[in-house]
Amino acid sequence: MTKLPFHGDQAELISMRDVDKVFGNGTVAVRDMSLSINQGEFVSFLGPSGCGKSTALKMISGLLSVSKGSITVNGHPAGAGGDGDDIGYVFQEATLMPWANVFENVYLPLKLRGLKKAQARERVENVLSMVGLMNFAKSYPRELSGGMRMRVSIARAMVTKPKLLLMDEPFAALDEMTRTKLNDEVLSLWKTHGLSVIFVTHSVFESVYLSSRVVVMAARPGRVVHDIPLTSGYPRNAAYRMSPEYAESCKTVSSALEGTLDNVDLNH
Amino acid sequence: MSTSTIDPTPAAEIATSRNNPVIRRERREKRLRIVLPIAAIAIALALWEFLVWYNEVPHYLIPAPSLIAKTLVTDWASLMQSAVFTVKLTLMSLGLAIVGGVLLGMLFALSRPIEMSLFPFAVIMQVTPIVAIAPLILIYVSNTFVALLICAWIVAFFPILSNTAIGLRSADHNLRDLFSLYRATPLQRLRYLLVPSALPYFMAALKIAGGLALIGAVVAEFVAGTAGQNTGLASRILESSFRNEIPRMFAALFLVSLLGVVIFLFTSWLSRAVLGHWHESEIKREG
Ligand SMILES: Nc1ncnc2c1ncn2[C@@H]1O[C@H](COP(=O)(O)OP(=O)(O)OP(=O)(O)O)[C@@H](O)[C@H]1O
Ligand SMILES: [Mg+2]
Repeated sequence: MTKLPFHGDQAELISMRDVDKVFGNGTVAVRDMSLSINQGEFVSFLGPSGCGKSTALKMISGLLSVSKGSITVNGHPAGAGGDGDDIGYVFQEATLMPWANVFENVYLPLKLRGLKKAQARERVENVLSMVGLMNFAKSYPRELSGGMRMRVSIARAMVTKPKLLLMDEPFAALDEMTRTKLNDEVLSLWKTHGLSVIFVTHSVFESVYLSSRVVVMAARPGRVVHDIPLTSGYPRNAAYRMSPEYAESCKTVSSALEGTLDNVDLNH
Repeated sequence: MSTSTIDPTPAAEIATSRNNPVIRRERREKRLRIVLPIAAIAIALALWEFLVWYNEVPHYLIPAPSLIAKTLVTDWASLMQSAVFTVKLTLMSLGLAIVGGVLLGMLFALSRPIEMSLFPFAVIMQVTPIVAIAPLILIYVSNTFVALLICAWIVAFFPILSNTAIGLRSADHNLRDLFSLYRATPLQRLRYLLVPSALPYFMAALKIAGGLALIGAVVAEFVAGTAGQNTGLASRILESSFRNEIPRMFAALFLVSLLGVVIFLFTSWLSRAVLGHWHESEIKREG
């Protein structure tokens, strides 16, 4: 923990150039999106519902193809990275296998990679204790609370030791308290593992608390309208939430976000 | 990281004492679930026995349960032989329905064009009453047992096929994405994602198909009845009806029902054993 990652201090990790995404039904989910993200950044995607945040995330991970333009991750086209270009993906819902217990769920990425259970055990147990669920390795998802399930999902995303963590509104369904706790956990993971994180959220406060940079998007068609660097240093904690610079950043981001709503027809 | 502070106590530490009212209530419920059906059936039998005796109903109309039981004992040898035949027919057709239904269901799930071209045949097979096709099959297939097997198989096959195909497609789309993200091979995807997702659907189909296989076996044998050499329970029922041996008819009927109940209990148990620890349909809700 000697060196804190700051935005812009390292090589470029993700580069999106003039990316369009048009779905089969004609919906233009993303138009002309260009973005460059450096290693070690914590970037939030913020924007109204339907502005293409999830779509952008899926394209970066290679789960969706682009209709136009190009995306590279670590120099490779999205989704075509070699070994060691692992991406951790945390979906909006916990997305656990209901038939498998917590251990099996977290072990899955390693299993798919051909690791035997005995070889993987230590790594799985490490990430489980990292999210504080060591005692629940044998529990089934239905026996966990929503926040615990989310933590299992985060543990699973971390088990391959990815350099890039994509999170799609991971805490949207949680209460404020749990959300705050999990926010701190994510920050701590980011710090200790030298991750790069893209974090999709609806919440101005969450984005300001967490990120080193907020990308504000607008809908119809989905596009980037603001790219706001947040210079406040880390570590961030409860005291940061009380600070004037936090309030200032929230104000800046809020007004940027409000601008995106002006040209949205909510009845549409 | 100091993250473990928000964990509640693990479930194992919660008291499991004998005096725990929840556990006691659960035990009582478990006992009731066995005792009540047995008591209800016993009462119904007693009432039947009483009414037959009280109204002096002749045994060639409605035999008393005691007479049926007696017939079961005296005709044990021939009835057992028939029962074994029907059991064999039912289980073999069910087994073949599972193999065929699962294989074709997988094929359907793999390829839409195959499904679109073959599904009409499956539907035609399903909607045409088996009694209507059975005579044809009996003509075309010289071996009666094989002909009966085909009839029972046709009836049991469809639910397995359609549920397997739907089940294999029902996997959560985010989980599918997850498997793509980690570059799962098609075989890994099938084994670790599609098959477990399809299991609840398959189990539901198995419960239905078990009963249908028995119905198919009995119905087909009724149709084949006059052909003679077959010796299943349906033939015993037909034969008794010709000879006006009503108690024997009831005895055979009893064995058919018993067989159906056993199949039902077994498939229910299997479903619970396989899905009990995770699937909504088999989880006992608390409270
Ligand atoms: N598979 C799809 N087929 C057609 N249109 C789609 C598909 N997925 C998303 N869209 C459309 O693309 C647009 C962007 O969707 P996306 O899910 O990326 O929004 P989002 O910003 O993540 O919204 P939210 O905050 O509500 O999750 C929406 O208008 C949506 O209707
Ligand atoms: Mg979304």
